[in-house]
Amino acid sequence: MIRGNIVKRFRPGPESAGFHLDIEFEAAPGVTVLYGPSGSGKTLTLDCIAGFVSPDSGRIMLDNRILFDAESGVNLRPRQRSCGYVFQNYALFPHMTLRENLAFAAHSLPRLERHRRIAEQLERFKLTSMAGRYPHELSGGQKQRGSIARALIANPRAVLLDEPGRGLDAALRIDLYTLIEELRDGLRIPVLLVTHDLEECFALAESVMIYDAGRIVHRATPAELLGNPGTAEVARLLGGFTLYDAEVIALDPGRQTSRLRLLGADIRGPHLRGCFRGDRVTLCTRPEELLLRTQAGENRIRGDLRRVIDRSQSIRADFGDGLIVDVPREMWRSLEETGKQTGWWIEIPPGSLRQIGGPRT
Amino acid sequence: MAIDWFPLRLSLEVAALATLISLIFGIWLAWLLANKQFLGKDLVDALTTLPLALPPTVLGYYLLVVIGRASWIGHAWEKITGSPLVFTWRAAVIASTLHAIPLLVKSSRAALENVDRAYERAARSLGASEWRLFWRVSIPLARRPITAATALAFARSLGDFGATLMIAGDIPGRTQTAAIAIYDAVESGNTLVARTLVIVISIVTAAIVYVANRLEQRRHV
Repeated sequence: MIRGNIVKRFRPGPESAGFHLDIEFEAAPGVTVLYGPSGSGKTLTLDCIAGFVSPDSGRIMLDNRILFDAESGVNLRPRQRSCGYVFQNYALFPHMTLRENLAFAAHSLPRLERHRRIAEQLERFKLTSMAGRYPHELSGGQKQRGSIARALIANPRAVLLDEPGRGLDAALRIDLYTLIEELRDGLRIPVLLVTHDLEECFALAESVMIYDAGRIVHRATPAELLGNPGTAEVARLLGGFTLYDAEVIALDPGRQTSRLRLLGADIRGPHLRGCFRGDRVTLCTRPEELLLRTQAGENRIRGDLRRVIDRSQSIRADFGDGLIVDVPREMWRSLEETGKQTGWWIEIPPGSLRQIGGPRT
Repeated sequence: MAIDWFPLRLSLEVAALATLISLIFGIWLAWLLANKQFLGKDLVDALTTLPLALPPTVLGYYLLVVIGRASWIGHAWEKITGSPLVFTWRAAVIASTLHAIPLLVKSSRAALENVDRAYERAARSLGASEWRLFWRVSIPLARRPITAATALAFARSLGDFGATLMIAGDIPGRTQTAAIAIYDAVESGNTLVARTLVIVISIVTAAIVYVANRLEQRRHV
C-alpha cells in the first residue's frame, strides 16, 4: 500500500510556466492507473515516490515505512526505497548486456540467490536467449520486458511504470498488457502506471486516479468511470462522452422517468435526483450507446450527418453539436443507402442518459 | 652529430605523469561541478578555466610564488625531501598538470552532464550507491569523450613551454623538455636536432589528435 499527500511547486522560469502539484493519494496492491493529459503531474508523482524529486511538503508511506516526511525531515534515498521504476525509454544501460543489466540490479542479493534470480527472471520474461545481447540489439518489446524484469529482480515493494505502452505497436501493447496483468496477479504489491492512453487505462486499471493540472480530480474503478464519469470535467478528460445540456419538462417519480428538452427535442429520460420542473441538468452518453435510425420515432432526434469516420471496429457518425454515434460496421452497411434518402434519426435510449452533477436552477 | 634523446624521453614521461594526475583530479572536479551544488562553485569553475586563458609565463610566475623555495609549500617540500621542488622534473610535471587540467575538467564535465539522467535515476532506484553509479554507469557512458580529452590533455602537456621554463628551467639532462630543447637548438643553430625533434613531436601529436577525433565522432549507441 502506498499512501501520501504531497505538495510540490515549480516557480515559473524564463521558458517554462510554473507548476503546482498538490495531491493526496492511496494505491492498494494491484494496478492503479494515473491518467490525465501530459503535464498534469503524473510522472512527477512517480518521481516523488521513487525519491528523484523531493516534495516541498507532505509525507509518503510505503507499507509501514516512511519514505518521505517533510515535517520530521525524513527523505530516504532512491536506493533505499525499494521501488522498481520502469522508465519511459526503458533506460537499460547501453554498455551492459541484458544479463549484466539484471546483475547490476541484483547486486544486493546474496551471490547464489543472485544467479538463480537472474536465470528465473530471464526465463519468466522470455529473454533467456537474448541475455548476452546489448540493448541496441534488442527489439522494442524485448527492451520493454527487459526493463520490467530488471525493475522486479530485487523484489521491490512497489512498481512504478511511466507510460510503458508508449511507442509500442498494437501487438506489442497486447503482450505488455498480458505481462502487467500477470505481474498484478503474481505479486500483490502496488503497481502505479502512468498513461494518457484511455485504452491502456481501461485495459489494466483496477483503480484510476484522474489528474488535471497538478490535482487528482477523480478516483474510481474503470467500471464506475464508464458508468458515470461523475463530473463534466472528468468526462472531458476521459473523452468518449457526449455531454448534453437539458431542461427538465416533467418528472414522474412513480415510473422513475423524466421528460427532457434535449437538443430541441422532447426526450424521455431516467429519473433525475433532486430535480424540479424547469431545472437544467447536464447529462452524458457514450457514442456506442446511441442507436442510428432511418425514421422518426420516440426518443429520436433528427440529425444532419456531417462526417463519417471509419474506425477499426465500427463506423463513427458525427452529427455535429458533439452528437456522435458509433455503429457496428455491418449495421452501417445495411443502413447507409436508406439513410441517404430518408435522412437520419438518432435514438437516445432513456437508460443511456446519465446525470452529471446536480441540477442548475 | 648524435642526437640527444633525453629531452624527448623526459617530455613523454612528464606528460604521462601530468596526464595521470590531471585525470584523477580532473574527473573528480568534473564530477563535482556536474553533480553537486556547493558554495563557491562558480569560483572553482573559473579557477579551473584560468590556466587555459592565462599566458604560460604568468602561470609559471604564480607557480614560482606558490611552490618556490621561499613559499611554505616549497619550504615544507625541501624539509621533507632534502631538495628543492623548483628546477626539477617534478616542477615540470606540476606545470604540465596545470596546463592539462582545464581541458580535462571542461570535457569530462560536459561528458558527465551529457549522460542521460534516466540512467542515473535507474541505477539509483536499482539500489546502486553513488560510488557504484559513478564507476559502473556514469564513467563507462562518458568514457569516449573523457578518453578523447585525456589524449588532448597529454598532447598539451607534451608541448608546454612557458610555464615549464619558468618553474623547471632549462637544465640539459635534467629539466630540459623537448619543447625547450627545440627552442635551444634553433637559437644555437643546431638545425638537425631542431628538425628531428619537431618531426617526432609533430607525428606523436598528430597521432593523438587523430585518435581523439575518432573517439569523439563515434558516439555511444
